[in-house]
Amino acid sequence: MKNTALKKEHYEATTNACKLCTPLGASLAFKGVRGAISLMHGSQGCSTYIRRYLISHFKEPIDIASSNFSEDTAIFGGGANLKKSVANVIRQYKPELVGISTTCLSETIGDDVPMILNGIRHDADGAPLPPIVHVSTPSYSGTHADGYVGAVRALVDALSIRKNHEIEPSMVNIFPGMYSPADLRYLKEILEDFAIPYRMLPDYSETLDGGPWTTYHKIPHGGTSVSEIADMASAQASIEFGYVTRKGTTAAGLLSSRFNIPAYNLGMPAGVRATDRLFDLLSELSGNLIPDRHARERERLLDSYVDGHKYLFGAKAVIYGEEDLVAGMFAFLTEIGITPILCASGGTSGKLAETLESLRPEGYDEPITVLQAADFGQIEDAALGTGADMFVGNSKGYSITRKMGIPLVRVGFPIHDRVGGPRIHHIGYRGCQELFDRVTNALLDVKQEATGVGYSYM
Amino acid sequence: MSNISILKEREKQIYHKGEEPFDMVCETKSTAGAVSQRACVFCGSRVVLYPVADALHLVHGPIGCAAYTWDIRGALSSGPELHRKSFSTDLRERQIIFGGEKQLYHALAALIDKHEPKAAFVYATCIVGIIGDDVDAVCRKVSSEKGIPVIPVHSEGFKGTKKDGYKAACDALFTLIGTGSIEGIGPNSINILGEFNIGGEAWMIEEYYKKMGVEVVSIMTGDSRVEKIKRSHGARLNVVQCSGSMLQLAQMMEKKFGIPYIRVSYFGMEDTARALYDVASHFHDNTDIMDRTKALVKEEVDKIYPDIQVFKSYLKGKRAAIYVGGAFKAFSLIKALKALGMTTILAGSQTGNSEDYEILRDMCDDGTVILDDANPLELSKYIVEKKADLFIGGVKERPVAYKMGVGFCDHNHERKTPLAGFQGMYNFAKEVYGTVKSPVWSLLKRPEDGTKTV
Ligand code: SF4
Ligand code: SF4
Repeated sequence: MKNTALKKEHYEATTNACKLCTPLGASLAFKGVRGAISLMHGSQGCSTYIRRYLISHFKEPIDIASSNFSEDTAIFGGGANLKKSVANVIRQYKPELVGISTTCLSETIGDDVPMILNGIRHDADGAPLPPIVHVSTPSYSGTHADGYVGAVRALVDALSIRKNHEIEPSMVNIFPGMYSPADLRYLKEILEDFAIPYRMLPDYSETLDGGPWTTYHKIPHGGTSVSEIADMASAQASIEFGYVTRKGTTAAGLLSSRFNIPAYNLGMPAGVRATDRLFDLLSELSGNLIPDRHARERERLLDSYVDGHKYLFGAKAVIYGEEDLVAGMFAFLTEIGITPILCASGGTSGKLAETLESLRPEGYDEPITVLQAADFGQIEDAALGTGADMFVGNSKGYSITRKMGIPLVRVGFPIHDRVGGPRIHHIGYRGCQELFDRVTNALLDVKQEATGVGYSYM
Repeated sequence: MSNISILKEREKQIYHKGEEPFDMVCETKSTAGAVSQRACVFCGSRVVLYPVADALHLVHGPIGCAAYTWDIRGALSSGPELHRKSFSTDLRERQIIFGGEKQLYHALAALIDKHEPKAAFVYATCIVGIIGDDVDAVCRKVSSEKGIPVIPVHSEGFKGTKKDGYKAACDALFTLIGTGSIEGIGPNSINILGEFNIGGEAWMIEEYYKKMGVEVVSIMTGDSRVEKIKRSHGARLNVVQCSGSMLQLAQMMEKKFGIPYIRVSYFGMEDTARALYDVASHFHDNTDIMDRTKALVKEEVDKIYPDIQVFKSYLKGKRAAIYVGGAFKAFSLIKALKALGMTTILAGSQTGNSEDYEILRDMCDDGTVILDDANPLELSKYIVEKKADLFIGGVKERPVAYKMGVGFCDHNHERKTPLAGFQGMYNFAKEVYGTVKSPVWSLLKRPEDGTKTV
C-alpha cells in the first residue's frame, strides 16, 4: 500500500477545498425530518452561503434561518438572539421540529446552547413547543460529512424513546449516508419489496426533490416524522452505511448502547458485492428471499458488466469526495476492472487508507494511492502526471479534468454544473447499473473521438 | 395567500404603493430567526475584490467562507485567473485556541512564493474577529518581506451588513490607488467603477468608451490588474455603477485626488445610453466625443431594436417581481422591463436605503409591493398574490419562483450571461422572453393530488 497521506504541514493554506463545513451536513440531515426547520446559530453569512450551495445542487427552496449575530451578540453571547430566533421560526413556520446547528462563531464564543434551550423550554411554561434538537457543529473540527452524521445522532439521542404502543417487532432502522434523494427513494422501495417495516433517518427524498406547488409550502412535504424517530428505540436492528464512521459516534451506535439494538455497519452499498451484503442482510432480517425484480435487476447488471468489460479494464480513474463515497466508488470501480489511480478526500477521519485497503478485491494488486485531508490543489498536482483516464466525483473537479482533457463522471455532492444531481443513483444494483453505463460510455466517447473518423458504430 | 403571515418585526420593511404614510424601515440588521436572503460583510468584500485577477485572495478563517465562494462568480479575466482559486487558512481547533497568526503568516508567504501575485488581499472572517489575530501586523510583515502590497480586508461577517463589506473592499483598493505612475494618461480618461465583468460585460462597456474616444484607465474591478488600480488616480472622471458597492471609493478618490464622479447604470437601453451621454458631456471640450457617442448609441440601438420589438409584442402586460442586492439595479430593471412592455409588481432589495426606496416608490405603479431584506416566505406570498409572470433575482430566489410556476431571470453575480449594455439588453430580453414563453408552465396547471387536469 502506498499512502501518501501528504500530511500537510500546519502552515500550508488550503487551495480549493475538497470538503465543506459542518453545519451544511447538519442542515442536510434536518431536511430529512418531517416539518423541520433548520436554524443556524451564528452570523448571517454562513446560513446564506450554505443555502445557496445546497440550492444550487438540489434546485429546491431550502430555508435555513439564522440567529443573525451582530457585534453585540458576539461580545455578550448569543442567548438572547437564539431565544428570539426560536420564537420567530416557530411563529412563522409552525414547524414540527426545530433543528439547531452551531457555526464556528457561536462555538468559539462558547454559547451554552443546551442551557439556552432549557431556558426557552422553561419560559414556555408548559405551552406546547415543538421538539428543539441541537447539534454542535464547529467547522474547525470535522467536515460536512461529520455534521451530517452528528445531526442524525443528535435527533436519535433527543427523540428516540421506548414507548408502550405496539411497534412491528421486525422493524429495522435505516441510517443512509449522504446519498441523493433518488437513492433514498430506491432504498425505501427495496425495503418495501422485502416487506420489512422500517424507519429511515434522514429521509429528504421528497423535501429536496419534489414537484411543483400550487400553494407555497413553508416546509416542503415529506421526511421522517418525530414519532417515527421515537420508534427507532424499539427496532430489532439498525443498519447504517459508513465505511469510515467511528464506532459509537453514530445513531446506530447510540441505539445499540442505549437500547441494545444490534447495529450493522455496511459501508456504502455501491458495487455488486457491497449491494449483495445489503440484500443478504435484509433477507436475513426479514426472513424473505430477495425479491424477484431485484434479483433480475442484479442479473441484468452482471450481464452488462460482461458486455462492457473490455472497454474498462485497466482504465485509470481518480476518485474524490466524502470518504464514504470514495470508498464506495473504489469498491465499485475495482470490481469492473478500473484502476483507481488516486483516491482523495478532504475528510479528516484518517481512516480512508486502511478502509480502501480492506476493500481491496482478490487479485487486485495495484498500489492504492490515497490523499487524506486533501484539497483540489493537491489532487491536481497528484493527478497531472498519472495519465488518468477519468475523474469520478462531484462538479468541483471539472477545472482539473478540463485541463487534462479527460471526462468527469459526476457523482455525489455537489453537482453544480448539470441538472439532475438529486436524481443520480449511486447505490444498489440500480445505482450500479446507472454508473456502469455512464462510466463505460464516457470511455467509449473518448475512444470514438480519438479515432478521428467519426465512426457511428463502436 | 393567508397561510403566510408577516413577522411583526418585518412589517415596517414592507410597503404597498399607494398606502400612506411612507415610513419604510431599512438598513437594519436582519431579524433573528428570519431566513434572510442577505449574506455577510465578507460577502460584500469578496464581491467587490474578487475580479482582481492577478491578486491573491486569501480567506483567513475556517473553511466554509472560502469553500462557498470558490469560483461561483462569472467575472471573466483576459489573462491571469488567480482570482478563481479559493485559498483559505482553514483554521482548526488548535488555532482557534492559540490564535491563527502563525498559520496566516506561513500560508501567505508560501502562497506568494508559489503564485507570484501582484498583491494579496487577506480577508478576516468572523472567527478572526473573535480570536483577535493581529491581521494588520501579519500583512505588514509579509508585505515588507515579499515586496508586494498585502492588504488586510476587515470583513468579519457579524460586524455589519454586506454594505460594510463594500466599504472594507473600497478601503482595501484605496490603499493601492495613487501608488502607480500616471504617465501617459490623457485628458479624456475615466475609471469604470462598480463593474465586475460578469460574462464579459466590462469588455463590452470598455469597447463603447473606446469607440467614443474615451480612455479607460482602470475598471474596478472587472478584469482588473493591480498595476491599473495603482494608477487609476490619473483618470479625470470616475464613472460609478451600482448604488452601494463602489460609490464610497469614488468619494474617497474625489476627496484625495480631486477626481469628480458621476453615477450611471448600464442595464437597459435607456440607462446605457444615458451613461454614455453623461460621460460624453463631461468631456464637453471635445465635441467629437459627443458626436461619436450619438453615432454609437444609434448604431447599437438600431442593432437590437427590431428584436426587442418582437419580444415586446409577446411580453406586453406581463408582470415582473424584482428582488436584487442593491436598489440601484432595481431602478434600471424597472425601466428595462417597461421597455419590454412589462409592469413591476414587486420591487425589493437586500441593502437599499430610505432614499432608494423613495425613488422606487415613485417609479412604481399603485399596488406594487416594496420590500427591504425579504425572506422566501414573503417573496412567495407576494409573487402569488400579485400574479407574477417573471421573477428577477439570484440563485436563492430561483427555486421560490420555479416552485410557484413563475419564470426566472438570474441577475446576480453568479450568472454567466452579460446583461449590461445594448447587447446585454438584448440578452436580457431574450432570456425574459424565453422563460416567460416556455411551454413548460402550461403543464403545471394540474391539481397537486394528481387528479385530472382542470
Ligand atoms: S458570516 Fe462570518 S463566518 Fe459566516 S460566511 Fe460570513 S464571514 Fe464567514
Ligand atoms: S464560520 Fe464556520 S460555519 Fe460559518 S461558513 Fe465558515 S466554516 Fe462554515
